[in-house]
Amino acid sequence: MTSHHTALRRSTVVRLPPFQALVDAHADELHRFLMGSIGPDLAPDCLQETLISALRAYPRLRHADNLRAWLYTIAHRKATDAIRGRTRRPAVGLEAVAPGAEPRVEQPPLPDDGLWGAVRALPPKQRAAVVHRYVLDLDYREIGARMGISEEAARQNVSAGLKRLRMEVDR
Amino acid sequence: MSDVERRLAHGRVPALDRERLQAELRAAAERAGLLDVAYASLDSPLGELLVAVTPRGLVRLAYEGERSEAVMDELAERVSPRILNAPERTDAVRRELEDYFAGRRHGFETAVDWSLVRGFASGVLQATARVPFGELATYAEVAAAAGSPRAYRAAGNALGANPIPIVVPCHRIVHAGGGLGGYTGGLERKRYLLGLEGAPVG
Repeated sequence: MTSHHTALRRSTVVRLPPFQALVDAHADELHRFLMGSIGPDLAPDCLQETLISALRAYPRLRHADNLRAWLYTIAHRKATDAIRGRTRRPAVGLEAVAPGAEPRVEQPPLPDDGLWGAVRALPPKQRAAVVHRYVLDLDYREIGARMGISEEAARQNVSAGLKRLRMEVDR
Repeated sequence: MSDVERRLAHGRVPALDRERLQAELRAAAERAGLLDVAYASLDSPLGELLVAVTPRGLVRLAYEGERSEAVMDELAERVSPRILNAPERTDAVRRELEDYFAGRRHGFETAVDWSLVRGFASGVLQATARVPFGELATYAEVAAAAGSPRAYRAAGNALGANPIPIVVPCHRIVHAGGGLGGYTGGLERKRYLLGLEGAPVG
């Protein structure tokens, strides 16, 4: 069990909490983040993929300073992949899907369909910032911390996202 | 607040089904070989027990007196942080413990993972694991079996830090003069276990 031993050696330097503690602390919000970002059809699988990806990389983390931001980075990447239709784990084998049927993800989402479809179509950073702001109700400082950007950049991304949403939706 | 903002803020997200998430997560983790430590708590006549297993075997068993958070942190640090609550992985151990407490079982077949034990303590605890059901040994005897007959105090420390009580039966180790000695889980539990086994104690 080499992974075992690697973990043992490194964890003397970095103190990582048990992975279950991360799941308990963050799963609900990650779920809301992904529901807002990619909708109810893709979010459950994406949450699993996020957590498995995190679990795989976990023992190799060099520091435990901002595990939450780390989780959101992974979730954000998985969400972006899912929207681009590049999910690694399609529900059916790709060969079963007729050519051209590979959809630009258009699942009916949260109540206000048109609006959430437009959220999904935002550039990834704007999408994440808007979801953090309005689904998770976070302030700009916290959004910045979770996205690894400045407070000001968080504000700009939310505002740019809103601007685009207004154009899309109010048309 | 603009109209779009209001509509965004009113989007209601259905609650996460935590149980389902947890079940799928541990299944996926297992498939991917990423479940290094599985744990669960189980009821026993001695109170709730926390049981943790690795692919190699039972690595930790803790009485409820020990802070479970501290137990988990120690596992994360010394075994692996890839730890999940996964009761079905601890089923085999749970059944053996149930049989033991019901008097139907005198020995444990579950494999033991000694990852949390180092050095002299390892010899002491492995000698302890060979003391049969219902019998007693002294601190000096297990110290001798570990290679240092005079290190009975160190043997006492090793037993006090036994990460797998009950299954590694440190309750069977007593003083040569007949005193019960100590027990991590408290002397009440030691008496209970020796009583359950019908061991010859005063």
